[in-house]
Amino acid sequence: MINHSLKHLASMLTSKEVSSVELTQEYLNRIARLNPEINAYITVDTELSLAQARAADQRIANGDAGPLTGIPIAQKDIFCAKGWKTTCGSKMLETFIAPYDAGIVEHFNAAGAVNLGKTNMDEFAMGSSNETSYFGKVQNPWDRTRVPGGSSGGSAAAVAARLCAAATGTDTGGSIRQPASLCGLSGLKPTYGLTSRYGMIAFASSLDQAGPMAHSCEDMAIMMNAMTGFDQRDSTSLQREKEDYTRDLGKPLAGLRVGLPKEYFAEGLDAGVAKVIEAAVDEYRKLGAEIVEISLPNTMLSIPVYYVLAPAEASSNLSRYDGVRFGHRAAEYDDLMDMYCKSRAEGFGAEVKRRILIGTYVLSAGYYDAYYLKAQQIRRLIAEDFAKAFEQCDLILGPTAPSTAFKAGEKADDPVSMYLQDIYTIAVNLAGLPGMSIPAGFAPAADGKELPVGLQVIGNYFDEARMLNAGHAYQQVTDWHTRMPEGIA
Amino acid sequence: MSLNTHDVKRIAHLARIAISEEEAEATLVKLSGILGMIEEMQAVDTSGIVPMSHSQDVTQRLREDAVTESNQRELLQSIAPAVENGLYLVPQVIE
Amino acid sequence: MSSWEVVIGLETHVQLNTKSKIFSGSSIAFGAEPNTQANVVDIALPGVLPVLNKEAVQCAIRFGLAVNAEIAPRSVFARKNYFYPDLPKGYQISQYELPVVGKGTLTIEVGDSEKIINITRAHLEEDAGKSVHGASPGQSGIDLNRAGTPLLEIVTEPDMRSAAEAVAYARKLHELVQWINICDGNMQEGSFRCDVNVSVRRKGEEKFGTRREIKNLNSFRFMQQAIEYETRWQIETLEDGGKIEQATVLFNPDTGETRAMRSKEEANDYRYFPDPDLLPLAVSAADIDVIRATLPELPSAMKARFEREHGLSTYDAGALTASRAIADYFTATLQVFGGEAKLAANWVMGNVSAKLNEEGRVIADAPVSPALLAGLLKRIADNTISSKIAKDVFEAMWAGEGDADAIIERKGLKQVTDTGAIEAIVDEVLAANAAMVEEFRAGKDKAFNALVGQTMKASKGKANPAQVNEILKRKLAG
Repeated sequence: MINHSLKHLASMLTSKEVSSVELTQEYLNRIARLNPEINAYITVDTELSLAQARAADQRIANGDAGPLTGIPIAQKDIFCAKGWKTTCGSKMLETFIAPYDAGIVEHFNAAGAVNLGKTNMDEFAMGSSNETSYFGKVQNPWDRTRVPGGSSGGSAAAVAARLCAAATGTDTGGSIRQPASLCGLSGLKPTYGLTSRYGMIAFASSLDQAGPMAHSCEDMAIMMNAMTGFDQRDSTSLQREKEDYTRDLGKPLAGLRVGLPKEYFAEGLDAGVAKVIEAAVDEYRKLGAEIVEISLPNTMLSIPVYYVLAPAEASSNLSRYDGVRFGHRAAEYDDLMDMYCKSRAEGFGAEVKRRILIGTYVLSAGYYDAYYLKAQQIRRLIAEDFAKAFEQCDLILGPTAPSTAFKAGEKADDPVSMYLQDIYTIAVNLAGLPGMSIPAGFAPAADGKELPVGLQVIGNYFDEARMLNAGHAYQQVTDWHTRMPEGIA
Repeated sequence: MSLNTHDVKRIAHLARIAISEEEAEATLVKLSGILGMIEEMQAVDTSGIVPMSHSQDVTQRLREDAVTESNQRELLQSIAPAVENGLYLVPQVIE
Repeated sequence: MSSWEVVIGLETHVQLNTKSKIFSGSSIAFGAEPNTQANVVDIALPGVLPVLNKEAVQCAIRFGLAVNAEIAPRSVFARKNYFYPDLPKGYQISQYELPVVGKGTLTIEVGDSEKIINITRAHLEEDAGKSVHGASPGQSGIDLNRAGTPLLEIVTEPDMRSAAEAVAYARKLHELVQWINICDGNMQEGSFRCDVNVSVRRKGEEKFGTRREIKNLNSFRFMQQAIEYETRWQIETLEDGGKIEQATVLFNPDTGETRAMRSKEEANDYRYFPDPDLLPLAVSAADIDVIRATLPELPSAMKARFEREHGLSTYDAGALTASRAIADYFTATLQVFGGEAKLAANWVMGNVSAKLNEEGRVIADAPVSPALLAGLLKRIADNTISSKIAKDVFEAMWAGEGDADAIIERKGLKQVTDTGAIEAIVDEVLAANAAMVEEFRAGKDKAFNALVGQTMKASKGKANPAQVNEILKRKLAG
């Protein structure tokens, strides 16, 4: 059951081959068995999940089932879900019970999906290894000594270890795609504005976007159908016709122009990873795609630009955590100032504090033009690189991450080297484009361990259906996406 | 632009984050590394380039002026650290 | 003292007349129980986002049009970052580099002269909540009902040179925002709050002195007192060889003094940047035209029209357009009356306004409605009653005794215009006052007035004074 596609699970549910309660219980049992080590979930609430499963079964009995009704999915702990503890991976929100539902959560509730729990993540989504979570690090199911990537590391590990049928993630600089790559699954960051940010705890507002993490592109298309849509409570949500993201699945790829940015295959890319990506490109050639070389000259600048803009926005977004209306308040303090400073020093972890300080610094008097404004100008250059590239090609292919999963602790003390994990993913967020990672094979780590490699597919604005089709076509001729880690059966 | 621990403490104060002397020193090393990386931007000539705040060229949507919310004080204050008579309590505010 | 010049600029926070908050659907009604009008957005829960209120934007544009300002086709909301318990997000959403309303002007009158005050800008922003002191010992209570209330902050150039000018500007602005219906003008409830920047310099000096900002003045009287005190204090400080430090000060109405705020001692670094949760605000020429069409005739235009169409003096026209309520009252009266505008103007500015002052009422609550007043004016105009009797009728109408006609009828106040009847009274008066007649004939003109008085008295004030005059003259000459 744990290896079926969402489509197959839905047909099993509607044909009463299995009930949602049984399916949910199966996953809850797996979570009870495997999660204590993997630590993919921060919060599991059996009663809340089973109540949703019973309601789903009722809906199915009433003949009112949709494609996700009764399907157990996991929510990244960045989405507020009414009545659920919603921590964002932070001590600051350790006891925060959300009093309202995020737009995304509403969508899944309306679809009748079952929420299995809230998945672990880097604190406030700031990290690429899930090591900054206050609730402990997450193991990569492919090698328990390695990180699952981040910040949606819990969701990635949960999908990889079959602790849910699919999951949600959020991606500010690669937080869906990089963990998808490191854990051997499919993850999609949609065009900015397609998924509601209402109730999704903000990291960097102009870059954050929610998306699906699943086993296949077909599963992601079904998830996208439920997740996307205009939300009037989010001013940056785009008013567009509702799309069916499954509509192009199965279309032939003949004539598809695929661009390979030369900067994505330059120094810094692990040789094993490069080999896997080249093989994947060959597969696309066989599927009828035309391969063209393109250039994204400002790629290297995306890291400095991102590490100005994202911390700047974050420093302001995180000012609301002041211990006054919700969240952590220090036990002892002398006065108001002391209460602020202690509550925030105690409630935030080291990486979050670091980014708040960077953001505060770059926005402070006298530095705004040199940092923030400059970064926004280069952000436009980066977006223009993509616009030019898409005159030559329909989709861009390349690696998602420069290497396979690294060992826990390996980069924890070196922020800059950790930030380089996102070298191929960040530019997509800066431009607001859709980006996707799909499993493309395995590459050996230094210790010889074979680890998953993700192929990144970048599309033009609103081209998710075409991307999903391209991924689906690849997944019809390869089986990387069906591979399962050992020791999780 | 090189930072010193005094700067780190000043920024931390602006961000309302308590920081000890040792923490400031350790933070200084890391922040300097990050800022060094950020400095790469300065090599780019950006004269005349319009800053990009949003990825789509769209403008603000406006909400009709209607009261759509009702009193939720009890629920919202159930998660507050300190309340009294419907007020959030904080150490004395000095004007 | 006379060698010094004071330089004043104002920043006024005008609470806009909307139903809901600027970025959420919570009510902004005044006086609710604490935190009952503070929803998830207003208390800044994790994950919430702002959506801009259309009416707030329209109010800003109405103001811009009313002061002949440029309306920005594209303006931007920014975050002003600082920590304060009544500021839930840790930043205030405001407009910084690109405000919706640009440069405009407002003309004020001080004494007999007019002066143009330049408005630098007006921008939309959200209000903060309130700190309530004395909740528990050593604690403050925070009420966020007011957080997110839409404000228009109107900033002037440092154009004013006296407390009187500053107050005249504030009053004029106060009337204007009510006139165009963007603010209820309630200063007690904080709907109109002024921050006043005051500096002094030697006369002839071009450079401005260091300014101190007097925060949150919510009455014109306090504004006058605060500026006068602050000006004196700054001059004395400088004359004593001291230096003015830039500061934010509060005015204490009990002592009449200003003092620097303790909490704002440290230099602020607000780290403004464009709010990524909001997109640029676009206002098209078509949007502006639609709003312009809904704008009432502005006081300056109405004043000019009163002078032109009704032949009123500049002074009268100015007084009648001092507030929208007065202008509306006058216009309605004149419409029903249909007679001479000057008569209506005199009554509105005279008896009506005296009565209102006496009773401390506003014109909207006057017991004599424009229709009632017009009824009285008609009877004056057609000579049914004299102006003197009219005052009594007005008093009776004010006391709720009915309309003018009913009162005149009931009390028998109708003017006597029958020549025969008046002649009879005049004859009696002349017979009874032979001495006065002699005096008149001896050349004492005063005696004539006395005889008129006697005649009016004998008619119980009802005889038509013009006829009395005429008949007396004729008889005395005969």
